[in-house]
Amino acid sequence: MAVAEQIRPTTDALLKTGGPKRPANMGQYVRWALLFLGGILMVMPIAYMISTSLKWPHEIYNLKLIPEEPTIENYTFVLEDGRFYWWFLNSIIIALITTICNVLFDSLVGYTLCKFRFPGRYIIFIAILSTLMIPTEMLVIPWYLMSQQFGWLDSYWGIMFPGLMTAFGTFLMKQFFETVPDDFIEAARIDGLNELQIWWTVAMPLVKPALAALAIFVFLGNWTAFIWPLIVTNSVEMYTLPVGLSSFGDEADVAWELIMTGAAISTIPTLIVFLIFQRFIIRGVVMAGLKG
Amino acid sequence: MTRYRNLSIKQKQIVWAYAFLAIPIVFYGVIRFYPTGNAILISFQDWNLLGDRTWTGLDNYAKLFADPTFWKVFKNTFVYLLIGTPVSLVVSFFIAYHLDKTRFMHGFLRMLYFLPFMTSAVAMAWVWRWFYQPVPIGLFNNFLSTFGIPQIAFLNSTTNALPSILAPAVWAGLGFQIIIFMAGLRAIPQSYYEAARIDGVSTWTVLWEITLPLLKPTIVFIVVFSSIGFLRIFDHVFNMTTGNPGGPLNSTKPLVLMIYETAFSSFDMGYAAAQTVVLFLVLLVVSLLQLRILRDR
Repeated sequence: MAVAEQIRPTTDALLKTGGPKRPANMGQYVRWALLFLGGILMVMPIAYMISTSLKWPHEIYNLKLIPEEPTIENYTFVLEDGRFYWWFLNSIIIALITTICNVLFDSLVGYTLCKFRFPGRYIIFIAILSTLMIPTEMLVIPWYLMSQQFGWLDSYWGIMFPGLMTAFGTFLMKQFFETVPDDFIEAARIDGLNELQIWWTVAMPLVKPALAALAIFVFLGNWTAFIWPLIVTNSVEMYTLPVGLSSFGDEADVAWELIMTGAAISTIPTLIVFLIFQRFIIRGVVMAGLKG
Repeated sequence: MTRYRNLSIKQKQIVWAYAFLAIPIVFYGVIRFYPTGNAILISFQDWNLLGDRTWTGLDNYAKLFADPTFWKVFKNTFVYLLIGTPVSLVVSFFIAYHLDKTRFMHGFLRMLYFLPFMTSAVAMAWVWRWFYQPVPIGLFNNFLSTFGIPQIAFLNSTTNALPSILAPAVWAGLGFQIIIFMAGLRAIPQSYYEAARIDGVSTWTVLWEITLPLLKPTIVFIVVFSSIGFLRIFDHVFNMTTGNPGGPLNSTKPLVLMIYETAFSSFDMGYAAAQTVVLFLVLLVVSLLQLRILRDR
Protein backbone atom coordinates (compact mmCIF):
# COMPACT_ATOMS: atom_id res chain seq x y z
CA MET A 1 0.00 0.00 0.00
CA ALA A 2 3.06 2.22 0.43
CA VAL A 3 2.97 3.38 -3.15
CA ALA A 4 -0.72 4.09 -3.13
CA GLU A 5 -0.18 6.24 -0.06
CA GLN A 6 2.45 8.24 -1.87
CA ILE A 7 0.19 8.99 -4.79
CA ARG A 8 -2.84 9.82 -2.77
CA PRO A 9 -1.99 13.16 -1.18
CA THR A 10 -1.99 15.13 -4.46
CA THR A 11 -4.94 13.42 -6.08
CA ASP A 12 -6.95 13.30 -2.87
CA ALA A 13 -6.34 16.97 -2.24
CA LEU A 14 -7.82 17.56 -5.65
CA LEU A 15 -10.83 15.43 -4.92
CA LYS A 16 -11.88 16.90 -1.62
CA THR A 17 -12.99 20.46 -2.04
CA GLY A 18 -12.15 23.80 -3.52
CA GLY A 19 -9.47 26.02 -1.99
CA PRO A 20 -9.25 27.41 1.51
CA LYS A 21 -12.37 28.55 3.27
CA ARG A 22 -13.33 32.13 2.60
CA PRO A 23 -16.05 34.27 4.08
CA ALA A 24 -19.13 34.04 1.88
CA ASN A 25 -19.76 37.16 -0.14
CA MET A 26 -21.75 38.27 -3.16
CA GLY A 27 -18.93 37.35 -5.57
CA GLN A 28 -18.88 33.78 -4.30
CA TYR A 29 -22.60 33.33 -4.95
CA VAL A 30 -22.34 34.78 -8.46
CA ARG A 31 -19.35 32.54 -9.19
CA TRP A 32 -21.24 29.49 -8.02
CA ALA A 33 -24.36 30.37 -10.00
CA LEU A 34 -22.36 30.93 -13.21
CA LEU A 35 -20.41 27.70 -12.75
CA PHE A 36 -23.65 25.83 -12.16
CA LEU A 37 -25.18 27.34 -15.30
CA GLY A 38 -22.07 26.43 -17.31
CA GLY A 39 -22.18 22.89 -15.97
CA ILE A 40 -25.82 22.50 -16.97
CA LEU A 41 -24.96 23.75 -20.47
CA MET A 42 -22.13 21.19 -20.65
CA VAL A 43 -24.46 18.24 -20.04
CA MET A 44 -27.29 19.62 -22.23
CA PRO A 45 -26.29 17.65 -25.36
CA ILE A 46 -26.27 14.43 -23.33
CA ALA A 47 -29.57 15.33 -21.67
CA TYR A 48 -31.24 16.09 -25.02
CA MET A 49 -29.92 12.86 -26.51
CA ILE A 50 -31.46 10.80 -23.70
CA SER A 51 -34.66 12.84 -23.63
CA THR A 52 -35.19 12.51 -27.39
CA SER A 53 -34.58 8.77 -27.23
CA LEU A 54 -37.58 8.60 -24.87
CA LYS A 55 -39.95 10.67 -27.02
CA TRP A 56 -42.63 9.77 -29.54
CA PRO A 57 -41.88 10.95 -33.11
CA HIS A 58 -44.43 13.78 -33.00
CA GLU A 59 -42.76 15.22 -29.90
CA ILE A 60 -39.13 15.27 -30.89
CA TYR A 61 -39.04 18.70 -32.49
CA ASN A 62 -40.31 20.63 -29.51
CA LEU A 63 -37.71 22.02 -27.15
CA LYS A 64 -39.03 20.43 -23.97
CA LEU A 65 -36.37 18.46 -22.13
CA ILE A 66 -38.86 16.26 -20.26
CA PRO A 67 -40.92 14.11 -22.66
CA GLU A 68 -44.69 14.58 -22.23
CA GLU A 69 -45.40 10.88 -22.60
CA PRO A 70 -42.09 9.03 -22.08
CA THR A 71 -41.80 5.81 -24.05
CA ILE A 72 -39.24 3.07 -24.49
CA GLU A 73 -40.69 2.32 -27.92
CA ASN A 74 -37.52 3.63 -29.64
CA TYR A 75 -35.33 1.28 -27.65
CA THR A 76 -37.51 -1.75 -28.43
CA PHE A 77 -37.54 -0.77 -32.10
CA VAL A 78 -33.80 -0.28 -32.33
CA LEU A 79 -32.99 -3.44 -30.38
CA GLU A 80 -35.54 -5.62 -32.20
CA ASP A 81 -33.62 -4.87 -35.34
CA GLY A 82 -30.83 -7.00 -33.83
CA ARG A 83 -27.84 -5.16 -35.17
CA PHE A 84 -27.26 -3.13 -32.02
CA TYR A 85 -26.99 -6.34 -29.97
CA TRP A 86 -24.14 -7.49 -32.18
CA TRP A 87 -22.39 -4.15 -32.16
CA PHE A 88 -22.71 -3.85 -28.39
CA LEU A 89 -21.36 -7.35 -27.90
CA ASN A 90 -18.47 -6.76 -30.32
CA SER A 91 -17.52 -3.53 -28.60
CA ILE A 92 -17.58 -5.12 -25.14
CA ILE A 93 -15.50 -8.13 -26.18
CA ILE A 94 -12.93 -6.05 -28.04
CA ALA A 95 -12.58 -3.39 -25.35
CA LEU A 96 -12.27 -6.02 -22.59
CA ILE A 97 -9.66 -8.21 -24.29
CA THR A 98 -7.61 -5.20 -25.35
CA THR A 99 -7.74 -3.79 -21.81
CA ILE A 100 -6.58 -7.07 -20.24
CA CYS A 101 -3.76 -7.36 -22.78
CA ASN A 102 -2.60 -3.80 -22.14
CA VAL A 103 -2.70 -4.18 -18.38
CA LEU A 104 -0.61 -7.36 -18.54
CA PHE A 105 1.91 -6.48 -21.24
CA ASP A 106 2.38 -2.76 -20.58
CA SER A 107 3.03 -3.44 -16.91
CA LEU A 108 5.36 -6.37 -17.66
CA VAL A 109 7.40 -4.26 -20.08
CA GLY A 110 7.33 -1.23 -17.80
CA TYR A 111 8.45 -3.38 -14.88
CA THR A 112 11.26 -5.00 -16.84
CA LEU A 113 12.56 -1.68 -18.14
CA CYS A 114 12.40 -0.20 -14.66
CA LYS A 115 13.76 -2.97 -12.43
CA PHE A 116 16.13 -5.04 -14.53
CA ARG A 117 19.66 -4.15 -15.58
CA PHE A 118 20.52 -5.71 -18.93
CA PRO A 119 22.28 -4.69 -22.14
CA GLY A 120 19.92 -3.01 -24.60
CA ARG A 121 17.62 -1.69 -21.89
CA TYR A 122 18.00 1.96 -22.83
CA ILE A 123 17.66 1.33 -26.57
CA ILE A 124 14.48 -0.72 -26.10
CA PHE A 125 13.00 1.98 -23.89
CA ILE A 126 13.76 4.73 -26.39
CA ALA A 127 12.46 2.61 -29.26
CA ILE A 128 9.13 1.98 -27.52
CA LEU A 129 8.84 5.62 -26.48
CA SER A 130 9.55 6.81 -30.02
CA THR A 131 6.44 5.00 -31.30
CA LEU A 132 4.39 7.60 -29.40
CA MET A 133 5.28 10.08 -32.13
CA ILE A 134 3.89 7.95 -34.94
CA PRO A 135 0.21 8.76 -35.54
CA THR A 136 -2.20 5.85 -36.00
CA GLU A 137 -3.24 7.30 -39.34
CA MET A 138 0.23 6.65 -40.72
CA LEU A 139 -0.03 2.99 -39.81
CA VAL A 140 -3.56 2.17 -40.99
CA ILE A 141 -2.54 1.59 -44.61
CA PRO A 142 0.23 -0.91 -43.76
CA TRP A 143 -2.03 -2.54 -41.13
CA TYR A 144 -4.75 -2.91 -43.74
CA LEU A 145 -2.33 -4.52 -46.20
CA MET A 146 -1.07 -6.83 -43.46
CA SER A 147 -4.62 -7.82 -42.50
CA GLN A 148 -5.46 -8.47 -46.13
CA GLN A 149 -2.42 -10.69 -46.57
CA PHE A 150 -3.02 -12.74 -43.43
CA GLY A 151 -6.81 -12.86 -43.69
CA TRP A 152 -7.40 -10.70 -40.62
CA LEU A 153 -9.90 -8.41 -42.31
CA ASP A 154 -13.37 -8.38 -40.77
CA SER A 155 -12.40 -10.29 -37.62
CA TYR A 156 -12.01 -9.54 -33.90
CA TRP A 157 -8.29 -10.14 -34.16
CA GLY A 158 -8.11 -7.67 -37.05
CA ILE A 159 -9.85 -4.98 -35.02
CA MET A 160 -7.78 -5.63 -31.89
CA PHE A 161 -4.23 -6.39 -32.96
CA PRO A 162 -2.94 -2.80 -33.36
CA GLY A 163 -3.88 -1.86 -29.79
CA LEU A 164 -2.76 -4.87 -27.75
CA MET A 165 0.19 -2.93 -26.31
CA THR A 166 0.71 0.81 -26.11
CA ALA A 167 3.80 2.90 -25.55
CA PHE A 168 1.73 5.27 -23.42
CA GLY A 169 0.74 2.45 -21.04
CA THR A 170 4.30 1.12 -20.90
CA PHE A 171 5.65 4.54 -20.02
CA LEU A 172 2.93 5.11 -17.43
CA MET A 173 3.63 1.78 -15.74
CA LYS A 174 7.40 2.31 -15.81
CA GLN A 175 6.89 5.63 -14.00
CA PHE A 176 4.84 3.92 -11.32
CA PHE A 177 7.19 0.98 -10.82
CA GLU A 178 9.88 3.57 -10.02
CA THR A 179 8.00 4.13 -6.76
CA VAL A 180 8.24 0.44 -5.78
CA PRO A 181 11.33 0.11 -3.52
CA ASP A 182 14.06 -2.20 -4.84
CA ASP A 183 14.38 -3.67 -1.33
CA PHE A 184 10.97 -5.33 -1.69
CA ILE A 185 12.10 -7.08 -4.84
CA GLU A 186 15.45 -8.07 -3.31
CA ALA A 187 13.68 -9.49 -0.27
CA ALA A 188 11.37 -11.54 -2.48
CA ARG A 189 14.38 -12.84 -4.41
CA ILE A 190 16.02 -13.97 -1.17
CA ASP A 191 12.76 -15.68 -0.23
CA GLY A 192 13.23 -17.77 -3.37
CA LEU A 193 10.50 -16.39 -5.59
CA ASN A 194 11.28 -16.42 -9.29
CA GLU A 195 11.12 -13.20 -11.29
CA LEU A 196 7.67 -13.90 -12.72
CA GLN A 197 6.27 -14.47 -9.22
CA ILE A 198 7.96 -11.31 -7.94
CA TRP A 199 6.37 -9.23 -10.70
CA TRP A 200 2.93 -10.72 -10.22
CA THR A 201 2.69 -11.13 -6.43
CA VAL A 202 5.00 -8.38 -5.11
CA ALA A 203 5.20 -5.54 -7.62
CA MET A 204 1.76 -5.61 -9.28
CA PRO A 205 -0.32 -5.26 -6.08
CA LEU A 206 1.72 -2.15 -5.24
CA VAL A 207 0.71 -0.29 -8.39
CA LYS A 208 -2.99 -1.17 -8.40
CA PRO A 209 -4.14 2.48 -8.71
CA ALA A 210 -1.98 2.89 -11.81
CA LEU A 211 -3.30 -0.35 -13.28
CA ALA A 212 -6.83 0.91 -12.76
CA ALA A 213 -5.99 4.22 -14.44
CA LEU A 214 -4.48 2.40 -17.40
CA ALA A 215 -7.46 0.06 -17.64
CA ILE A 216 -9.91 2.98 -17.69
CA PHE A 217 -7.99 4.78 -20.42
CA VAL A 218 -7.57 1.73 -22.61
CA PHE A 219 -11.18 0.64 -22.22
CA LEU A 220 -12.60 4.07 -23.01
CA GLY A 221 -10.21 4.45 -25.93
CA ASN A 222 -11.26 1.15 -27.47
CA TRP A 223 -14.96 1.60 -26.71
CA THR A 224 -14.97 4.85 -28.70
CA ALA A 225 -12.34 3.90 -31.33
CA PHE A 226 -13.57 4.66 -34.82
CA ILE A 227 -11.16 4.96 -37.74
CA TRP A 228 -9.45 1.56 -37.57
CA PRO A 229 -12.61 -0.52 -36.90
CA LEU A 230 -14.24 1.43 -39.76
CA ILE A 231 -11.43 0.41 -42.11
CA VAL A 232 -10.95 -3.19 -41.06
CA THR A 233 -14.60 -4.33 -40.86
CA ASN A 234 -16.79 -5.01 -43.89
CA SER A 235 -19.75 -7.02 -42.69
CA VAL A 236 -22.46 -5.50 -40.55
CA GLU A 237 -22.13 -8.20 -37.86
CA MET A 238 -18.48 -7.30 -37.25
CA TYR A 239 -19.04 -3.56 -36.70
CA THR A 240 -18.29 -2.05 -33.32
CA LEU A 241 -20.81 0.36 -31.77
CA PRO A 242 -19.28 3.57 -33.20
CA VAL A 243 -18.98 2.10 -36.71
CA GLY A 244 -22.46 0.62 -36.47
CA LEU A 245 -23.97 3.86 -35.24
CA SER A 246 -22.28 5.75 -38.05
CA SER A 247 -23.74 3.44 -40.70
CA PHE A 248 -27.12 3.42 -38.95
CA GLY A 249 -27.28 7.21 -38.91
CA ASP A 250 -26.32 7.37 -42.55
CA GLU A 251 -29.34 5.36 -43.69
CA ALA A 252 -31.44 8.20 -45.03
CA ASP A 253 -34.79 6.92 -43.86
CA VAL A 254 -33.77 6.60 -40.22
CA ALA A 255 -35.52 9.06 -37.95
CA TRP A 256 -33.62 11.33 -35.59
CA GLU A 257 -35.21 9.86 -32.46
CA LEU A 258 -33.88 6.45 -33.48
CA ILE A 259 -30.39 7.84 -34.11
CA MET A 260 -30.52 9.47 -30.67
CA THR A 261 -31.52 6.09 -29.22
CA GLY A 262 -28.54 4.45 -30.88
CA ALA A 263 -26.27 7.21 -29.63
CA ALA A 264 -27.68 6.78 -26.13
CA ILE A 265 -27.10 3.01 -26.24
CA SER A 266 -23.42 3.60 -27.03
CA THR A 267 -22.98 6.38 -24.47
CA ILE A 268 -25.01 5.33 -21.42
CA PRO A 269 -22.77 2.37 -20.38
CA THR A 270 -19.69 4.56 -20.00
CA LEU A 271 -21.73 7.24 -18.25
CA ILE A 272 -23.06 4.71 -15.72
CA VAL A 273 -19.57 3.34 -15.10
CA PHE A 274 -18.36 6.90 -14.61
CA LEU A 275 -21.11 7.81 -12.16
CA ILE A 276 -20.35 4.72 -10.06
CA PHE A 277 -16.56 5.04 -10.01
CA GLN A 278 -16.39 8.83 -10.30
CA ARG A 279 -13.67 9.61 -7.77
CA PHE A 280 -11.68 6.65 -8.91
CA ILE A 281 -11.85 7.61 -12.57
CA ILE A 282 -10.98 11.25 -12.02
CA ARG A 283 -8.02 10.19 -9.92
CA GLY A 284 -6.98 7.85 -12.70
CA VAL A 285 -7.24 10.57 -15.32
CA VAL A 286 -5.10 12.89 -13.23
CA MET A 287 -2.47 10.21 -12.65
CA ALA A 288 -2.36 9.21 -16.28
CA GLY A 289 -2.31 12.83 -17.41
CA LEU A 290 0.41 13.99 -15.05
CA LYS A 291 2.67 10.97 -15.11
CA GLY A 292 2.07 9.82 -18.66
CA MET B 1 18.26 -26.09 -16.29
CA THR B 2 21.72 -26.78 -14.85
CA ARG B 3 23.15 -24.26 -17.25
CA TYR B 4 20.69 -21.68 -15.94
CA ARG B 5 21.73 -22.46 -12.34
CA ASN B 6 25.35 -21.88 -13.16
CA LEU B 7 24.66 -18.33 -14.35
CA SER B 8 25.52 -15.42 -12.10
CA ILE B 9 22.71 -13.28 -10.67
CA LYS B 10 23.46 -10.63 -13.25
CA GLN B 11 23.25 -13.09 -16.12
CA LYS B 12 20.01 -14.56 -14.78
CA GLN B 13 18.53 -11.06 -14.82
CA ILE B 14 19.44 -10.69 -18.48
CA VAL B 15 17.77 -13.99 -19.31
CA TRP B 16 14.59 -13.02 -17.43
CA ALA B 17 14.49 -9.55 -18.95
CA TYR B 18 14.63 -10.87 -22.49
CA ALA B 19 12.13 -13.61 -21.69
CA PHE B 20 9.70 -10.93 -20.49
CA LEU B 21 10.40 -8.70 -23.46
CA ALA B 22 10.34 -11.34 -26.20
CA ILE B 23 6.68 -10.98 -27.19
CA PRO B 24 6.62 -7.17 -26.82
CA ILE B 25 9.77 -6.79 -28.96
CA VAL B 26 8.15 -8.85 -31.71
CA PHE B 27 4.93 -6.81 -31.33
CA TYR B 28 6.61 -3.42 -31.55
CA GLY B 29 8.74 -4.61 -34.44
CA VAL B 30 5.91 -6.08 -36.51
CA ILE B 31 2.98 -3.81 -35.56
CA ARG B 32 4.78 -0.47 -35.11
CA PHE B 33 8.21 -0.23 -36.74
CA TYR B 34 7.69 -2.37 -39.83
CA PRO B 35 4.42 -0.54 -40.76
CA THR B 36 6.10 2.83 -40.23
CA GLY B 37 8.85 1.91 -42.68
CA ASN B 38 6.30 0.37 -45.00
CA ALA B 39 4.20 3.56 -45.03
CA ILE B 40 7.23 5.61 -46.02
CA LEU B 41 8.14 3.03 -48.66
CA ILE B 42 4.64 2.98 -50.18
CA SER B 43 4.65 6.77 -50.33
CA PHE B 44 7.30 6.49 -53.07
CA GLN B 45 5.24 3.98 -55.06
CA ASP B 46 2.21 3.93 -57.28
CA TRP B 47 -0.22 1.24 -56.21
CA ASN B 48 -3.97 0.81 -56.48
CA LEU B 49 -4.11 -2.34 -54.29
CA LEU B 50 -4.81 -4.70 -57.20
CA GLY B 51 -2.05 -4.00 -59.72
CA ASP B 52 1.71 -3.97 -59.33
CA ARG B 53 3.64 -1.70 -57.06
CA THR B 54 5.79 0.55 -59.20
CA TRP B 55 8.45 2.98 -58.05
CA THR B 56 7.62 6.54 -58.86
CA GLY B 57 10.13 8.38 -56.71
CA LEU B 58 8.79 11.68 -55.46
CA ASP B 59 5.81 11.75 -57.87
CA ASN B 60 3.23 11.29 -55.07
CA TYR B 61 4.65 14.25 -53.18
CA ALA B 62 4.85 16.39 -56.32
CA LYS B 63 1.21 15.51 -57.09
CA LEU B 64 0.22 16.34 -53.52
CA PHE B 65 1.84 19.75 -53.46
CA ALA B 66 0.28 20.59 -56.84
CA ASP B 67 -3.18 19.47 -55.67
CA PRO B 68 -5.42 22.44 -54.73
CA THR B 69 -7.59 20.12 -52.61
CA PHE B 70 -4.55 19.29 -50.49
CA TRP B 71 -3.84 22.95 -49.77
CA LYS B 72 -7.49 23.52 -48.91
CA VAL B 73 -7.37 20.52 -46.56
CA PHE B 74 -4.02 21.63 -45.14
CA LYS B 75 -5.50 25.04 -44.36
CA ASN B 76 -8.62 23.49 -42.76
CA THR B 77 -6.46 21.27 -40.56
CA PHE B 78 -4.61 24.31 -39.26
CA VAL B 79 -7.83 26.26 -38.76
CA TYR B 80 -9.04 23.42 -36.51
CA LEU B 81 -5.76 23.70 -34.60
CA LEU B 82 -5.55 27.48 -34.44
CA ILE B 83 -9.12 27.97 -33.21
CA GLY B 84 -9.54 24.77 -31.23
CA THR B 85 -6.40 24.84 -29.11
CA PRO B 86 -6.53 28.45 -27.82
CA VAL B 87 -10.30 28.37 -27.25
CA SER B 88 -10.23 25.13 -25.29
CA LEU B 89 -7.15 26.25 -23.35
CA VAL B 90 -8.67 29.56 -22.25
CA VAL B 91 -12.13 28.18 -21.50
CA SER B 92 -10.84 25.20 -19.54
CA PHE B 93 -8.45 27.36 -17.52
CA PHE B 94 -11.20 29.87 -16.77
CA ILE B 95 -13.54 27.15 -15.52
CA ALA B 96 -10.83 25.30 -13.58
CA TYR B 97 -9.65 28.52 -11.94
CA HIS B 98 -13.12 29.32 -10.64
CA LEU B 99 -14.09 25.74 -9.88
CA ASP B 100 -10.96 25.50 -7.76
CA LYS B 101 -12.26 28.31 -5.56
CA THR B 102 -15.72 26.83 -5.08
CA ARG B 103 -16.51 24.64 -2.12
CA PHE B 104 -20.27 24.22 -2.22
CA MET B 105 -21.21 21.09 -4.21
CA HIS B 106 -17.74 21.07 -5.68
CA GLY B 107 -17.86 17.38 -6.63
CA PHE B 108 -21.20 17.76 -8.37
CA LEU B 109 -20.08 20.74 -10.46
CA ARG B 110 -16.89 18.93 -11.43
CA MET B 111 -18.94 15.92 -12.47
CA LEU B 112 -21.09 18.07 -14.78
CA TYR B 113 -18.02 19.43 -16.54
CA PHE B 114 -16.30 16.07 -16.81
CA LEU B 115 -19.26 14.04 -18.10
CA PRO B 116 -18.83 14.91 -21.83
CA PHE B 117 -15.32 13.43 -21.75
CA MET B 118 -16.86 9.99 -21.12
CA THR B 119 -18.97 10.06 -24.29
CA SER B 120 -18.06 8.61 -27.66
CA ALA B 121 -17.17 11.11 -30.38
CA VAL B 122 -19.29 9.31 -32.96
CA ALA B 123 -22.44 9.34 -30.82
CA MET B 124 -22.01 13.01 -29.93
CA ALA B 125 -21.26 13.98 -33.53
CA TRP B 126 -24.70 12.66 -34.45
CA VAL B 127 -26.34 14.49 -31.53
CA TRP B 128 -24.75 17.79 -32.54
CA ARG B 129 -25.59 17.11 -36.16
CA TRP B 130 -29.23 16.93 -35.14
CA PHE B 131 -28.86 20.20 -33.18
CA TYR B 132 -27.61 21.94 -36.33
CA GLN B 133 -30.44 20.87 -38.65
CA PRO B 134 -32.71 23.59 -40.11
CA VAL B 135 -36.23 24.23 -38.77
CA PRO B 136 -38.35 22.27 -37.91
CA ILE B 137 -35.81 19.58 -37.03
CA GLY B 138 -32.75 21.10 -35.43
CA LEU B 139 -32.68 22.17 -31.80
CA PHE B 140 -30.61 25.34 -32.26
CA ASN B 141 -32.66 26.73 -35.13
CA ASN B 142 -35.92 25.86 -33.35
CA PHE B 143 -34.61 27.72 -30.35
CA LEU B 144 -33.68 30.75 -32.48
CA SER B 145 -37.04 30.76 -34.24
CA THR B 146 -38.97 30.89 -30.96
CA PHE B 147 -37.26 34.25 -30.40
CA GLY B 148 -37.87 35.33 -33.98
CA ILE B 149 -34.17 35.27 -34.82
CA PRO B 150 -33.40 34.31 -38.45
CA GLN B 151 -32.18 30.83 -39.24
CA ILE B 152 -28.49 30.00 -39.29
CA ALA B 153 -27.19 27.50 -41.83
CA PHE B 154 -24.70 25.58 -39.74
CA LEU B 155 -23.45 22.55 -41.62
CA ASN B 156 -24.58 23.65 -45.09
CA SER B 157 -22.59 26.84 -45.11
CA THR B 158 -19.01 27.05 -46.30
CA THR B 159 -18.13 29.52 -43.55
CA ASN B 160 -20.09 28.12 -40.59
CA ALA B 161 -19.57 24.41 -41.14
CA LEU B 162 -16.02 24.18 -39.83
CA PRO B 163 -16.63 25.99 -36.51
CA SER B 164 -19.87 23.98 -36.14
CA ILE B 165 -17.89 20.76 -36.33
CA LEU B 166 -15.15 22.11 -34.10
CA ALA B 167 -17.62 22.99 -31.32
CA PRO B 168 -18.42 19.42 -30.22
CA ALA B 169 -14.73 18.50 -30.47
CA VAL B 170 -13.80 21.33 -28.09
CA TRP B 171 -16.78 20.51 -25.87
CA ALA B 172 -15.81 16.85 -25.50
CA GLY B 173 -12.22 17.66 -24.54
CA LEU B 174 -12.93 20.40 -21.98
CA GLY B 175 -13.59 18.07 -19.04
CA PHE B 176 -10.19 16.42 -19.31
CA GLN B 177 -8.37 19.74 -19.56
CA ILE B 178 -10.28 21.19 -16.60
CA ILE B 179 -9.33 18.23 -14.41
CA ILE B 180 -5.67 18.49 -15.42
CA PHE B 181 -5.68 22.25 -14.78
CA MET B 182 -7.25 21.74 -11.35
CA ALA B 183 -4.58 19.21 -10.44
CA GLY B 184 -1.96 21.74 -11.57
CA LEU B 185 -3.57 24.54 -9.55
CA ARG B 186 -3.72 22.33 -6.48
CA ALA B 187 -0.01 21.53 -6.78
CA ILE B 188 0.92 25.20 -6.24
CA PRO B 189 1.89 25.60 -2.56
CA GLN B 190 -0.64 27.64 -0.58
CA SER B 191 2.21 29.51 1.12
CA TYR B 192 2.83 31.48 -2.10
CA TYR B 193 -0.70 32.79 -2.02
CA GLU B 194 -0.54 33.57 1.70
CA ALA B 195 2.68 35.52 1.19
CA ALA B 196 1.06 37.47 -1.64
CA ARG B 197 -1.97 38.21 0.51
CA ILE B 198 0.18 39.53 3.34
CA ASP B 199 1.95 41.79 0.84
CA GLY B 200 -1.46 43.01 -0.34
CA VAL B 201 -0.96 41.97 -3.97
CA SER B 202 -4.04 42.25 -6.20
CA THR B 203 -5.84 39.16 -7.53
CA TRP B 204 -4.74 39.96 -11.09
CA THR B 205 -1.11 40.23 -10.15
CA VAL B 206 -1.32 36.93 -8.26
CA LEU B 207 -2.82 35.30 -11.35
CA TRP B 208 -0.18 36.67 -13.74
CA GLU B 209 2.87 36.54 -11.49
CA ILE B 210 2.29 33.40 -9.43
CA THR B 211 -0.43 31.12 -10.78
CA LEU B 212 0.28 31.17 -14.52
CA PRO B 213 4.09 30.93 -14.34
CA LEU B 214 3.84 28.00 -11.91
CA LEU B 215 1.27 26.31 -14.13
CA LYS B 216 3.62 26.32 -17.13
CA PRO B 217 4.26 22.54 -17.19
CA THR B 218 0.49 21.95 -17.12
CA ILE B 219 -0.10 24.50 -19.88
CA VAL B 220 2.62 22.98 -22.08
CA PHE B 221 1.11 19.52 -21.62
CA ILE B 222 -2.41 20.67 -22.47
CA VAL B 223 -1.32 22.72 -25.51
CA VAL B 224 0.71 19.88 -27.04
CA PHE B 225 -1.88 17.24 -26.18
CA SER B 226 -4.87 19.15 -27.55
CA SER B 227 -2.98 20.34 -30.64
CA ILE B 228 -2.25 16.75 -31.63
CA GLY B 229 -5.93 15.99 -31.16
CA PHE B 230 -7.13 18.85 -33.37
CA LEU B 231 -4.57 18.13 -36.10
CA ARG B 232 -5.88 14.55 -36.21
CA ILE B 233 -9.59 15.44 -36.09
CA PHE B 234 -11.63 12.84 -37.97
CA ASP B 235 -14.52 11.20 -36.07
CA HIS B 236 -16.57 14.40 -35.78
CA VAL B 237 -16.00 15.52 -39.37
CA PHE B 238 -16.70 12.09 -40.84
CA ASN B 239 -19.95 11.62 -38.94
CA MET B 240 -21.30 15.14 -39.32
CA THR B 241 -20.73 15.20 -43.08
CA THR B 242 -21.63 11.68 -44.28
CA GLY B 243 -23.43 12.06 -47.57
CA ASN B 244 -21.19 14.97 -48.49
CA PRO B 245 -17.81 14.04 -46.93
CA GLY B 246 -15.79 17.09 -46.03
CA GLY B 247 -18.74 19.48 -46.15
CA PRO B 248 -19.73 21.94 -48.89
CA LEU B 249 -16.75 22.59 -51.23
CA ASN B 250 -14.49 20.59 -48.87
CA SER B 251 -14.81 23.43 -46.41
CA THR B 252 -14.50 21.15 -43.37
CA LYS B 253 -12.24 18.41 -44.72
CA PRO B 254 -9.17 17.76 -42.52
CA LEU B 255 -6.05 15.86 -43.57
CA VAL B 256 -7.10 12.58 -41.96
CA LEU B 257 -10.39 12.50 -43.89
CA MET B 258 -8.48 13.13 -47.13
CA ILE B 259 -6.16 10.24 -46.24
CA TYR B 260 -9.13 7.98 -45.52
CA GLU B 261 -10.83 8.81 -48.82
CA THR B 262 -7.66 8.49 -50.92
CA ALA B 263 -6.81 5.13 -49.38
CA PHE B 264 -10.18 3.48 -48.87
CA SER B 265 -12.49 5.09 -51.44
CA SER B 266 -10.04 5.66 -54.32
CA PHE B 267 -7.60 2.91 -53.26
CA ASP B 268 -4.70 5.10 -54.30
CA MET B 269 -2.40 3.67 -51.64
CA GLY B 270 0.82 5.39 -52.69
CA TYR B 271 -0.78 8.81 -52.75
CA ALA B 272 -2.51 8.22 -49.40
CA ALA B 273 0.74 7.02 -47.84
CA ALA B 274 2.45 10.23 -48.97
CA GLN B 275 -0.33 12.18 -47.20
CA THR B 276 0.22 10.20 -44.00
CA VAL B 277 3.92 11.02 -44.11
CA VAL B 278 3.01 14.72 -44.43
CA LEU B 279 0.64 14.36 -41.45
CA PHE B 280 3.43 12.77 -39.42
CA LEU B 281 5.82 15.61 -40.27
CA VAL B 282 3.18 18.25 -39.45
CA LEU B 283 2.55 16.67 -36.03
CA LEU B 284 6.26 16.40 -35.35
CA VAL B 285 7.07 19.99 -36.34
CA VAL B 286 4.11 21.50 -34.49
CA SER B 287 4.85 19.58 -31.27
CA LEU B 288 8.56 20.44 -31.34
CA LEU B 289 7.85 24.11 -32.08
CA GLN B 290 5.36 24.34 -29.23
CA LEU B 291 7.73 22.66 -26.80
CA ARG B 292 10.54 25.00 -27.78
CA ILE B 293 8.49 28.20 -27.68
CA LEU B 294 6.63 27.40 -24.46
CA ARG B 295 9.65 26.07 -22.59
CA ASP B 296 11.82 29.09 -23.31
CA ARG B 297 9.34 31.59 -22.06
